[in-house]
Amino acid sequence: MKTFKLGGVHPAENKISENKAIEVLPIPKQVQIPLGQNLGAPSVPIVKKGDEVKTGQLIAKGEAFISSNIHSSVSGKVLKIDNVNDQSGYKRPAIVINVAGDEWEENIDRTDTLKKNITASKNEIIKKVHELGIVGLGGAAFPSHVKLMVPKGKKAEVLIINGVECEPYLTADHRVMLEKANELLVGTKILMKALGVNKALIGIENNKPDAIEHLSKLSKEYEGIEVHPLKVKYPQGGEKQLIKALTNREVPSGTLPIEVGCVVQNVGTALAVYEAVQKNKPLFERVVTITGKAIKNPSNFLVRIGTPISELIEACGGIPDKTSKIIGGGPMMGKSLVTPDAPIVKGSSGVLLFDEKESKRVEEKACIRCASCIKVCPMGLEPVLISQLTKLEMYEEAEKNNIMDCIECGSCQYTCPSGKPLLDYIRLGKFKVGQIIRNRGKN
Amino acid sequence: MNDVIIFAVISLSGIGFAAAVILYFVAQKFKVIEDPKIDEVEEALPAANCGGCGYPGCRNFSEACVKKANNDKNIEGLNCPVGGNEVMSKVASILGLEVEAQEPMVAVLRCSGSKKNAPKKVEYDGPMTCAFAHNLYQGESACPYGCLGLGDCVEACNFNAMYMDEETGLPVIIEDNCVACGACVEACPRDIIELRNVGKKSKRIFVSCVNEEKGGVARKNCSVACIGCGKCFQVCKFDAITIENNLAYIDYEKCKLCRKCVEVCPTNAIHELNFPPRKIKPVEPEKPAKIKETENKQQV
Repeated sequence: MKTFKLGGVHPAENKISENKAIEVLPIPKQVQIPLGQNLGAPSVPIVKKGDEVKTGQLIAKGEAFISSNIHSSVSGKVLKIDNVNDQSGYKRPAIVINVAGDEWEENIDRTDTLKKNITASKNEIIKKVHELGIVGLGGAAFPSHVKLMVPKGKKAEVLIINGVECEPYLTADHRVMLEKANELLVGTKILMKALGVNKALIGIENNKPDAIEHLSKLSKEYEGIEVHPLKVKYPQGGEKQLIKALTNREVPSGTLPIEVGCVVQNVGTALAVYEAVQKNKPLFERVVTITGKAIKNPSNFLVRIGTPISELIEACGGIPDKTSKIIGGGPMMGKSLVTPDAPIVKGSSGVLLFDEKESKRVEEKACIRCASCIKVCPMGLEPVLISQLTKLEMYEEAEKNNIMDCIECGSCQYTCPSGKPLLDYIRLGKFKVGQIIRNRGKN
Repeated sequence: MNDVIIFAVISLSGIGFAAAVILYFVAQKFKVIEDPKIDEVEEALPAANCGGCGYPGCRNFSEACVKKANNDKNIEGLNCPVGGNEVMSKVASILGLEVEAQEPMVAVLRCSGSKKNAPKKVEYDGPMTCAFAHNLYQGESACPYGCLGLGDCVEACNFNAMYMDEETGLPVIIEDNCVACGACVEACPRDIIELRNVGKKSKRIFVSCVNEEKGGVARKNCSVACIGCGKCFQVCKFDAITIENNLAYIDYEKCKLCRKCVEVCPTNAIHELNFPPRKIKPVEPEKPAKIKETENKQQV
């Protein structure tokens, strides 16, 4: 069975919520829609205080190249455009809307019928994806239209659909593949048309046999789409790892996957593209997993963007006693939340509740030179070295050791027997080195 | 036997001589002419290599001094904060110049969010460095501007002029040791520490807060936050106070140390340091004893 070669770990899967069908979460009383939801420049609001908005109405425009439009996820009145707490506790600008009813924009097709026939041309597809604010739903929230615009001199050869979901606990993508398989496959066809490729590979780890079977069966009707089961290994969902696993191509350091003729999109993104192009529906809701061992009713919810995380937890039976950490995202790459009142954004794939035992860090001890971190690093880096260089503030040296290639998967920290905060320091180092590189550009 | 010794001696001295000749010409060819004043100036400097002057070390600073003296016939803008006026006048006399006396500076901590004033809201268990914690989240108290209390500034200080107060969770600046090199200012990711002038008899007045949130929000998270009410701005006769983004700032060059702003501040966010006790006690019976205590410690 296919997989990537270098490094990787296999944490306990704990996919508790994998058999829970996607439920539609009731619309909250108020939503906070942050303006900086995507990777790149934040969007600029085009509504003002007191405006009436409809569900799906454009409320903020992404003006930079790497930026995306934001649409209202509810209908109601704009209460204010102000700084609100985000998941890290810092204040970030957001549009706060008080909900009144649920009136959608007229041009959105709300029926469930499958529209298989793709009438839009290549440029129309990219324009739609751009206008309707589609970003990568795997977690990084990279604006999708940028990925679809193949730079001059490069040629896309194969589209890869990421259905790996290698993070433990999370099951949102899994449910999408089971419940929205046809839409997902049409979305894939649309993406293939936009890129001008005639081959698409869907990679799914074989801990989701039902999804593999379901998609393989349906994909026979769609020309050029192949489903590939993959061996379970973290971080297979990383772009570069998935490309290596499926096509055996290696993306060179510091370049994008298009360098080797690949474009990777998440299954959630493919679904969003289908809804945007065929149904005219902007990206204002997504599937989010709420899970944790102690939680009463782990679920997968279809959530409007901007819903407070606390509402999702409430719908699952409230915060269990002894919960000591709430994590936004998966257990390997997610960040713990400062407040559960922070909103769900386009990049939120899950919310995880950990009790004290699960969330406690191991006491840091001295490095025993076992090289486990080097063995598991999927990028072939030396995590112990670059984290130490960061600690000593030797950022130039860290840059020479390719700190910027780190994908922050956390395998090193997970595997370290001495409990060293390797990834934490590498993240700090990446931030500092990034600053240095940007300043260098200015001078 | 003798032949061997003679041969060895002759050949070795031959090689030695040849090498000496080569080295002589190479040394002549690549001779670096250095101003002897650089050495003299370096001698006069404190040799702390702290970087407070903006140059990597004392040698680089003396090179810069000599270069500027040769080019512009002055050394304005160059200052060794560690040595102060004494060292700078010495440097100037070596270079045959004169310097204006610079006002000595001292580091000041502009946050009073101690454990008591700004209670803990979340618990942090990551790496104990401010730089990382600042990138990650707002901090253990709910103030996203305040001191994180993990001691990057103390780590950066080379002059034993700072320590962490366990009780308050804030760093303390020992004024007598502080040379205003600015290492702590650089180290602090939240720009809380500022270099201010020492002032007459070390008397200083400053706003001990950097929170730019709206008054209500700031006050909710910290009882001694500046709420930007503007009372100090109204009472100041010397236009020394500006209010921007809900935060008052006192310009130390304009401040005449009248202490009127200290009296009117409703949250005690304006601190006075090293003033004699007031003759007429202000009619504020509930003025927290804590601030007085910290004043004695010359904290902030």
